[in-house]
Amino acid sequence: MICEKTRTALEHLIPTPDAATAGDGQESGAKGQTPRPNGVIERDYAVHGYHLDAQMACEQLLAAVAILDENEFFLETITGVDWIAENQLELIYDFSRYDFDLCRVVLRTRVDRRNPVVPTITGIYAGANWHERETHDFFGIVFSGHPHLIPLLLPEDADFHPLLKDFKA
Amino acid sequence: MNAPIELRADETFVLNVGPQHPATHGVLRVKMEMHGEYIVNAETVIGYIHRMHEKMGELKTYPQFLMNLSRMDYLGALGYSHAHVLVVEKASGIVVPERAEYIRAIMVELNRIASHLFWFGAFVMDLGGFSPLMYALQDREHILDMLEAVTGSRLTYCYFRFGGLYNDVDDDFIAAARRFVPRMRKSLKKYRRLVTDNVIFRKRLEGIAPLSKEICRKYGASSAVARGSGINFDVRKNEPYSVYPQFDFDIPVYPQGDSLARYMVRMDEIEQSLRIVEQGLDKLPGGPIMPEKKPKLIKPPPGDYYQAVETARGSFGVRLVSDGGKTPYRLKLRSPTYSNMHLFDEACRGMMIMDALAFMGSLDLVIPEIDR
Repeated sequence: MICEKTRTALEHLIPTPDAATAGDGQESGAKGQTPRPNGVIERDYAVHGYHLDAQMACEQLLAAVAILDENEFFLETITGVDWIAENQLELIYDFSRYDFDLCRVVLRTRVDRRNPVVPTITGIYAGANWHERETHDFFGIVFSGHPHLIPLLLPEDADFHPLLKDFKA
Repeated sequence: MNAPIELRADETFVLNVGPQHPATHGVLRVKMEMHGEYIVNAETVIGYIHRMHEKMGELKTYPQFLMNLSRMDYLGALGYSHAHVLVVEKASGIVVPERAEYIRAIMVELNRIASHLFWFGAFVMDLGGFSPLMYALQDREHILDMLEAVTGSRLTYCYFRFGGLYNDVDDDFIAAARRFVPRMRKSLKKYRRLVTDNVIFRKRLEGIAPLSKEICRKYGASSAVARGSGINFDVRKNEPYSVYPQFDFDIPVYPQGDSLARYMVRMDEIEQSLRIVEQGLDKLPGGPIMPEKKPKLIKPPPGDYYQAVETARGSFGVRLVSDGGKTPYRLKLRSPTYSNMHLFDEACRGMMIMDALAFMGSLDLVIPEIDR
């Protein structure tokens, strides 16, 4: 129910090219594959553990998060993945609902590895504050507009980002 | 001569609670801007025991990482291991024998009771009552003995394997678990008389630190923090996994949202976990505890997998991004207390400091689990 509604709203926001719907559901992560185009994909919950998987440009992120907020999703977590071969950093936002009408939504956006800047969503979800600070710690992604972007888990003078694949201890 | 001290009406000072402070139960620091005894503003500082488990997850192979999960939440470790093995099994398509899944559920529930008992004792101690901790530890000892006999360790278990378990339960364990259930029920009555019905205890908690549904949602709170605010959310029911659909149990929900409601949810949960243990022992099927066919080398196909479970502290999630190699490409651990603690800064404004410390206790914090 809610999944259909959210999917329609997200698809309205992110026009899905035909190639994405025709895709075999494989992740773009594997080496040598071309990055998947933006769009909403419905995933097999039994395999992946979530229902909707939406990839978008980072300009659409705030609008997508606002849609989820309207539909009473809660923020599960925010994290990143370093795709060093493609010279990109991926941001992953997990959302779920306190409801028995289960719908897990994953929002993804990719940014350039040399200049990773995304807008903060702390204006919509106050709880994103720590998650974004943590992602900044680990990947060096800058959340523009974040009220307090200082190291959270790493030491206060840390100038390294340990989850980058080229990090050497 | 002592000069008189002038106090301005708008004067505030900064109080530093922690990182070494008995009320924080670990190395957690809260900077509080105080106006007299009232908190104007608070900033939680975490990360003092950050160990970068997620990087270790990328460097170690799947079986090597099994033991890391129990080093996160040392009170309810099995729930965390459960999420990890479930997500790897889901990704690699390993089928777990039914008996193993039942034993897992029994063990996780026993561990949940042990965790809640320790929290109960420590929480009442935060409020100034010392003896309930001793009673709680006595009961908890029975669980730890049972778990030690089967898993080999008392707190930092490495019991679950991909596909099953390290060790089967024996008749001694089943007999001990059967003896434990009525014993714990009796203790719960004792706790009710000793603590829950105590008027001093209730006055410290009733109406204190009410959390709205909205703040829970914005911060992603789970466990008793959400259920104490009238949100009927438990991953075991909302997103059933393992053999939980086979069990008949209820999710305690209290609508008040105050510290007492969070306390009541956890105390009621002990009874529900006892019910699951009882049913698990009754229904425990025979058979192997490891699958016959299992890949020698765990190499999940490329993809992005997520698994949430309900641990003693709330909704714990593992995100596994695999590139088909023998180590994960990315392993994200979503810890529940991280989100539960985060709302403290906003919720404690305007509270008196002793109420805020009681509120902090009611959140059930385990700091290594926040810091990871």
